[in-house]
Amino acid sequence: MTKKQRKVLIRIIISAILLIIVKLLPVKGPVEIVLYMIPYLVIGYDILKKAALGIIHGQVFDECFLMAVATVGAMALGEYVEAAAVMLFYQMGELFQSYAVGKSRKNITALMDIRPDYANLEVDGKVETVDPDDVEVGSIILVQPGEKVPLDGVVREGNASLDTGALTGESVPREVKEGDEVISGCVNLNGVLRIETTKEFEESTVSKILDMVENSSMKKARMENFITRFAKYYTPAVCFGALAIAFLPPLVNILMGNDPLWSQWIIRALTTLVISCPCALVISIPLSFFGGIGGASANGILVKGSNYLEMLSKTKYLVCDKTGTLTKGVFEVTEICPSQGGSKDELLKVAAYAESYSNHPISKSLKNAYAKDIVAEEVKDVEEISGRGVKANVFGKQVAVGNSKLMEELSLVPAVPQKVGTEIHVACDGVYQGYILISDVIKSTAKTAVTRLKNRGVKRVIMLTGDSKKVADAVAKELGINDVRSELLPGDKVEEVERILAAKGKGEYVAFVGDGINDAPVLSRVDLGIAMGAMGSDAAIEAADIVLMDDDPGKIALAMEISKKTLAIVHQNIVFSLFIKFGCLALGAIGYVNMWWAIFADVGVMVLAVLNATRALVYKRG
Amino acid sequence: MKKTYKIEVDCANCAAKMEEATKKIEGVDNATVSFMTQKMKVEFAEGAEESAVMEQVVKACKKVESDCEVYL
Repeated sequence: MTKKQRKVLIRIIISAILLIIVKLLPVKGPVEIVLYMIPYLVIGYDILKKAALGIIHGQVFDECFLMAVATVGAMALGEYVEAAAVMLFYQMGELFQSYAVGKSRKNITALMDIRPDYANLEVDGKVETVDPDDVEVGSIILVQPGEKVPLDGVVREGNASLDTGALTGESVPREVKEGDEVISGCVNLNGVLRIETTKEFEESTVSKILDMVENSSMKKARMENFITRFAKYYTPAVCFGALAIAFLPPLVNILMGNDPLWSQWIIRALTTLVISCPCALVISIPLSFFGGIGGASANGILVKGSNYLEMLSKTKYLVCDKTGTLTKGVFEVTEICPSQGGSKDELLKVAAYAESYSNHPISKSLKNAYAKDIVAEEVKDVEEISGRGVKANVFGKQVAVGNSKLMEELSLVPAVPQKVGTEIHVACDGVYQGYILISDVIKSTAKTAVTRLKNRGVKRVIMLTGDSKKVADAVAKELGINDVRSELLPGDKVEEVERILAAKGKGEYVAFVGDGINDAPVLSRVDLGIAMGAMGSDAAIEAADIVLMDDDPGKIALAMEISKKTLAIVHQNIVFSLFIKFGCLALGAIGYVNMWWAIFADVGVMVLAVLNATRALVYKRG
Repeated sequence: MKKTYKIEVDCANCAAKMEEATKKIEGVDNATVSFMTQKMKVEFAEGAEESAVMEQVVKACKKVESDCEVYL
């Protein structure tokens, strides 16, 4: 509790005690008024002052004004207890609200407690503790067990397990060793690391993430803007409504020759004012969004604005990239099939040697499968044939490794594999030797992610890929995706997305999920760009609206669930608050609601709405 | 040029009012006030003098919400 809040709490207690004492005292007349003024002023002086200042500054219609008019009016009509009580409960409501909001804010900041406070900088062999801001690129820093990595860099010495939980929501630690890149914000669990920094603090991952989360509430959701606009017209409208209730019926009564009943109608008008305070909506809706964004970031899902969280819940079309998004993007040898008489090991060895000069993912997978050291001198005259493969002299033989087109060009007849995958055929001295199949591996969570998304109201999941039709169809079938566009060039992907955007209905959004590599044009074209596996990839963080820190497709579904839950809370609050308020307003105008009910309709509704909003923050990790 | 300031404001409605008031100040291209993060982000117009503009901003904010604080 802040100092300001504590002061209000003390005032509430004093004023409540005073009010009870005065109520019990057997006094009547002018003394009673003076006595009731004491608790009333103790609790309400600042409200009255603010209302007065508001009028002076031309800002008439605000909550303070509503409260001041209502309570002063009640005082004037002799409803002393009610007047003081309304002020008392109003202040209690405000206190509760500011406490709850402060608490959520703290919770969210705690979830994002990744800001490193210091760095251990190595200067001339000695270690100094400095502000991370002061560390220059290329400096050597030490990170001890239990400390946060303060800046992005490369490990120069040491091994350790890093807890990336605060960044990704992932509970399994990541092992790093010499030569590995580390990103700031991870916590070193065991070993000591000597790290050479590669970025300044401002450019480091941790700064970027914090910046994004802190600015996220600046991008307001449509719903938030609606409420702000609503409050702007609502409060004056209610004031004039109250004025009408106070004067019109009595005037009509006078014209009809009846008793005007002034005090009765004025009290009804004052009740209307108390009920109508818009705080329940104005406070609970941004709080819900803020909570939703906080809950998401605790799970490694960074949402760049409330508006994106809102859009996500209305996403009907999800376009996915295949490689790196639904599949691991790491190729593995799945089958080695030598033609009659050949040995598997020999086939793999020849292919791995021939491809040893290339850095293509396919070559890497061959080398990984071979797993033995390659003697570089045995490979000569390497000739890469783009879109075909490689020719080289290996162990003195003329070897060709590549796709079926390469084999056909050498007038050989390649075998046709039964299984699906990327085919690598091998020929030695003009004789066909067999083929190796390489496949990308589908991520373990991809299938359930697709099912979950469909259950959450996504109409179509569409997979776009540059890969061959055969491979794409096989992956799609396994994941349960019906819409596949394969063999696309990067430009074709944008065209496909344009087509989907043109076909969508009103109020429906199209999201694109990619791994952030080569996806920038598509990410910026769609309504909602989602980049995954952003740890370390700046381009993805810049281009996307939602960033998944790790590359788990299940997080897309989780993000959607969080967004749906947040929006559900927002809707509940709007409907609930307006229902109670308009209900009480209608009953109040005809005299069925007294001042006490009015207080509930104002403060009670706000407390319930705020409590409901704090639910948005709670989202289990997983 | 964009700059972020720490602020102190008690209610969301007041924050919205401060935002409106700030946007109207000459030399301010756009402004957002976040009640949740207690921050104000101001985009200054080309060639605007930051300190002079912010003085006006603070004045305007105090006018709509007497309790608010803007830390320059």
